[in-house]
Amino acid sequence: MAAEIRAARAGPSGDKIRSDLEVRYEPGTGALGLELTSKVGYLYGETIEAAVRRVAEALGVATGSLAVEDFGALEWVILARVETCLRRAGFDGPPVLSVPAPGADAPRRRGRLRRSRLYVPGNQPKLMLSAGLYGADGIILDLEDSVPQAEKDAARLLVRNALVAMDWGSSERMVRINQGEAGAADLEAIAPHNVHTVLLPKVERAGEVVAAAARLRELAGADAPYLMPILESPLGVHNAYEIAAADELVVALTLGLEDLSAELGAPRTTEGWESFLARQTTVYAARAAGVQPIASVFSGIRDEAGLEAYVRRERGLGFDGIGCIHPGQIPVVHRAMAPTEAELEKALAIVRAAREAEVRGLGAVAVGSKMVDPPVVAQAERTVELAVAAGMLVSEE
Amino acid sequence: MGEETVSEAKLVKNAAGRLVPQVVNGAQQTPFAGIGGHRPSGRKAAPKITTCLDYPEDGNKRVGSLEEALRSVGLSDGMVVSTHHHLRNGDAVANMVFDAAAAIGLEDLMWFPSASFPVHANQIRHMESGVIHHIEGSMNGPLGDYCTAGKMRGLGVLRSHGGRWQAVQDGEVHIDVAVIAAPTADPFGNANGLSGPAACGLLGFALADSIYAEKVIVVTDDLVPFPCLPWQIQGNNVDAVVVVDSIGDPAKIVSGTTQVTSSPDRLRIAELAARFCAEAGIMRNGFSFQAGAGGTTLAFAIYLCDLMRSAGVAAGFARGGSTKYMVEMLREGLIGAILDGQTFDLDGVASMREHPRHVDTSPFTSYNFHGKGNFASMVDVAVLGATEVDVDFNGNVVTHSDGRLLHGIGGWQNCLAARTTMLLVPSFRDRIPVIVDEVTTLCGPGELVDVVVTERGIAVNPRRRDLLDAVAGSDLPIRDIHDLKAELDLLCGVPQKIRRTAEPVAVVKWVDGTVLDTVWRIE
Repeated sequence: MAAEIRAARAGPSGDKIRSDLEVRYEPGTGALGLELTSKVGYLYGETIEAAVRRVAEALGVATGSLAVEDFGALEWVILARVETCLRRAGFDGPPVLSVPAPGADAPRRRGRLRRSRLYVPGNQPKLMLSAGLYGADGIILDLEDSVPQAEKDAARLLVRNALVAMDWGSSERMVRINQGEAGAADLEAIAPHNVHTVLLPKVERAGEVVAAAARLRELAGADAPYLMPILESPLGVHNAYEIAAADELVVALTLGLEDLSAELGAPRTTEGWESFLARQTTVYAARAAGVQPIASVFSGIRDEAGLEAYVRRERGLGFDGIGCIHPGQIPVVHRAMAPTEAELEKALAIVRAAREAEVRGLGAVAVGSKMVDPPVVAQAERTVELAVAAGMLVSEE
Repeated sequence: MGEETVSEAKLVKNAAGRLVPQVVNGAQQTPFAGIGGHRPSGRKAAPKITTCLDYPEDGNKRVGSLEEALRSVGLSDGMVVSTHHHLRNGDAVANMVFDAAAAIGLEDLMWFPSASFPVHANQIRHMESGVIHHIEGSMNGPLGDYCTAGKMRGLGVLRSHGGRWQAVQDGEVHIDVAVIAAPTADPFGNANGLSGPAACGLLGFALADSIYAEKVIVVTDDLVPFPCLPWQIQGNNVDAVVVVDSIGDPAKIVSGTTQVTSSPDRLRIAELAARFCAEAGIMRNGFSFQAGAGGTTLAFAIYLCDLMRSAGVAAGFARGGSTKYMVEMLREGLIGAILDGQTFDLDGVASMREHPRHVDTSPFTSYNFHGKGNFASMVDVAVLGATEVDVDFNGNVVTHSDGRLLHGIGGWQNCLAARTTMLLVPSFRDRIPVIVDEVTTLCGPGELVDVVVTERGIAVNPRRRDLLDAVAGSDLPIRDIHDLKAELDLLCGVPQKIRRTAEPVAVVKWVDGTVLDTVWRIE
């Protein structure tokens, strides 16, 4: 407790701040002073002040002065920024959370579709407000590469509060944590808040997955989130199968091509030959371990044709999904992940045959004169699921 | 006189349930009587009869300076001076007019712009010094703040583009001197906006002024020999022509190329709106639409264009707000004609100059409610913005939710006459809810607003059962407007009640000249 109390600040500064706020704390001996300016003060002045005081009380701040300059931030953002500032000042106390959103308790599903996952920078609340509206199969609140080192603590609290206060619709609730000590702190902050899946960056050995899984079980018990390890180095790719099979919490395996290319000394190209083995290995390892292989992100935001070609190629290699860095990429990905009419027709024939065989109690499935093996049936069922998700087919269930 | 008017004004509740003054700037008013509830009577206004005896036979009406011109037409204390806003924030002429009036030593003028822009904050000092008594026209930025703080001597009067024509035509506003900034003109006073350094496309907003004003001065920086073709403004209505170095800053008049928004939320709203038009069957061969150059409505036109192309559908005509995107649609044959109220970029200006089916319109043809019909009501779908929409679908475009004047009405009220009117709005802006219980200022009655499209879903006015039925089977996110409001209450929090005074600072007119609502002074 007896940490030294110092001046601190949190939040962005500058002219063009929107939906965010800046908080400053100055130590002092008098009763806590609060100077509040807000562009929405006429609408929310009282609730903003109440929110700031709530955090100050929870962290035992009775003296000094707080200055808050608000530019229309939502309450969970205000809570996170004030908490960050006061923790930076040396105060400590329990987390201060806002009222949970109605959709914050959405259940997780192990084998759900993961065609698209939208990365949202963990330190930019403005970008989080609508992230759930674009129909991405997953939203990744990112604590790692998109957050500068000095803002890791701020992003951690923002992401934690966003998980509580925001409704992400039908999207899977995902968080990419940091490596090492920061990653451990990330897990502790987010684990209790119904994260569906945690992305582990730069995994190189199965032991890292085992350790993360154990920690998550400690923190969240039976509700421990699923894991999606990211392979970003030659060593990680080399150990791909062990990593994918390290723990039953693993539901998918993906790879990060930017870092991998750097380590390989082979710049990333459109053709992608430099990462061909890594991508193939990821697919093989994931399938062997019974988890979903997910492809790397496509970084061209306005290159729709390039993205579509990329998705088709990766899908052709066996990947089940793609990373997105802009909402505009999501419909393109979903379109390109959809089966062709011919694929769908074939898959439907197999699925129907399988159901018929089941009804008749037959062990083997036949389409026409051809026998069909169980993996082919499973693949056909997945194709039908993709078609339903793409709106090509109306689900009978 | 204005001082007394404000305090004398008795307030009365109009048909929309809003409190409005009965007297505005000394003139008796008719309170809003409901949609279609007011019928005009009497004859149109007209300037005095003039004679060629008083004008040069060689047609050369050039005068040395603007000040000289203002003196020559007899501008004097208390008169009404009008300007137009085709030069937008690049306009230099309105400021020149009042600087010259100040130099002459005039007082108590009423400025009657077709709209004002931030560049016109210059007029604040002329109000402070008494040159200008008050403004009847849109006020935003510093002028809006000045008015809402109650510093103006008279009441502001906000009219739509069509309502401004109606007010002039019906004699509610008598323009003593119209000063028309003209990108190209000849010495006789024929003028157009199609070329010259300050080319802005057309001069429709100045047309009423040229016809009804007692005296008309054309100010140009591109004098051409007679005849200036085409004559969007006819020299036969013009008293004097003044040549100046520059009538405005071209960079702030039209943009080189119009940029489409890159905001994912706005793009989503635009796409949902375009898909709604397709799903509801509004988008069919020969249909018509109105879309402006605002970020979201421009993106709407682009999405609609894609849907039209893939469905093999072409529009009969489009009203705009032309931009390069609309021009491309015209060239591709996706639009049969552009009926253009104002051009927003250089492609729009060039197209209007060169394409026979890209024509200029005026508030008379497009919007005037006291005419024999107008184009606005013939449009199948109009997409518009708003600062607030309430759960009864009433819209506000003039004030911020704290009550400060923010925008003019523009053609917004007039466009509500379209068969289907859609408001494309974010559900909230920086925690400020756009969907509210009751609009701060009523600009458009909810019975004329059919669809509200937000990034969180589409609300259809329950009065439009036909639209609800038409989109029933689609995968569009159709939601009850109360649901959207409830979601915002959770997301943003329930806002406090706003405090405002009971002192009117401006009124909002409806398209028929009746008083729809009041803007109140804020502290």
